[in-house]
Amino acid sequence: MSAKAKTDPMVPELMSISVRRKELADTFTIELDPGKAGFEFLPGQFNMLYAFGVGEVPISISGDPAEPESLVHTIRDVGAVTNALSKMKKGDQVGVRGPFGSCWPVGEAEGSDVVIVAGGIGLAPLRPAIDHILTNRSKYGRFVILYGARSPEDILYMNQLQKWRGRLDTYVDVTVDHAGRDWAGNVGVVTRLIGRANFDPRHTKVMICGPEIMMRFTIKELNQIGVSKEDIYVSMERNMKCAIGHCGHCQFGGHFVCKDGPVFSYARIESLLQVRGL
Amino acid sequence: MVKVEGLDKLLAEHPFFDGMDDASRKTLAGCARNECFDVGDMIAKEGQPAERFYFIRSGSVALEFHTPGQDGLIIETLHDGDVFGWSWMVPPYEWSYDIRVTELTRVTSLEATCLRKKLKKDNALGFELYSRFMPVIAKRLYSARQQLTDMYAKK
Repeated sequence: MSAKAKTDPMVPELMSISVRRKELADTFTIELDPGKAGFEFLPGQFNMLYAFGVGEVPISISGDPAEPESLVHTIRDVGAVTNALSKMKKGDQVGVRGPFGSCWPVGEAEGSDVVIVAGGIGLAPLRPAIDHILTNRSKYGRFVILYGARSPEDILYMNQLQKWRGRLDTYVDVTVDHAGRDWAGNVGVVTRLIGRANFDPRHTKVMICGPEIMMRFTIKELNQIGVSKEDIYVSMERNMKCAIGHCGHCQFGGHFVCKDGPVFSYARIESLLQVRGL
Repeated sequence: MVKVEGLDKLLAEHPFFDGMDDASRKTLAGCARNECFDVGDMIAKEGQPAERFYFIRSGSVALEFHTPGQDGLIIETLHDGDVFGWSWMVPPYEWSYDIRVTELTRVTSLEATCLRKKLKKDNALGFELYSRFMPVIAKRLYSARQQLTDMYAKK
């Protein structure tokens, strides 16, 4: 599988916003029109989105890879560029460079159980992998999606989670850190969902995306039940600028997150995750 | 009349008792009761005497902090195979939070006074029981600390 930037990787391509949707209080989705050629990408890859006059920011692609006619990004408003993007309307233009980076191991996972563990907005970079697996459902074993959020109001893609849960071939469990009585679901950390998901730890590929601390807790729990390091994949987030491994802003030990990642096998970066301040 | 033998079997089916010898489990079963709760039932309220502790066989409960003038704030939900109510081990033996049933829940419960009497006479059984509680408490504490990090917050 491969999907690379079509033209000069440093030159942004202009794309118009065809749909803008509010997801949560601080999170929104924009769908960009890539034109007739479409936009091919692999689950887990990211683009550099350019808000003209403000700057550029790396954003994971969160649409269905089987639908290249629409380029989807779900974005949390956390800084100047994402704030500028949040104010854009349908028809406004964005500069796009990409796709960049490594992908989720959806090919290697065929024949195994697959466990998705997402926290907060970490569900967005995993959605293309979920879509791919559901499109090719018969190629995989048990399929588990575990999702943790801060509160019921912070659950991303609520409608889709409900749709996935409604399938008879997919196990979905959601939890929040705290809730009022109007919430009838789980309360507690996402790691508590792992024990009852009932997958085969020796024949499973796990894909994790969320805050780094949540990924560390999750990996610890997975190791305890016998999932090997080689079968665990994480998506790392660092300060990516050029996106082609030249500028060094996203250096992570001997790796560049933009080029060697953002998706890494845990076995490959385990020692780096133990280094404080890296 | 309650059949102790039947309760012993219920205890044996719960993961908390995995590997416990028959004699110890039968001794504990002498303090046990089989119970069923409907949605909305309050099994315990903060500040009440902690007279029993519970092993969930099926169903789920919410641990809640009571907030004056408001509905309770759920801090954790527990499910099949979980244990709750270790306030029976720690003076002044009072519940630290409310326990509300969120779906039809079947539990086996142990009566605390009965149990404390037995454990005073049988230190080995006491050690066995406390050794099983410690990992549960440690895991719950670790989870609570994870929640404290507020890891999904905007940073």
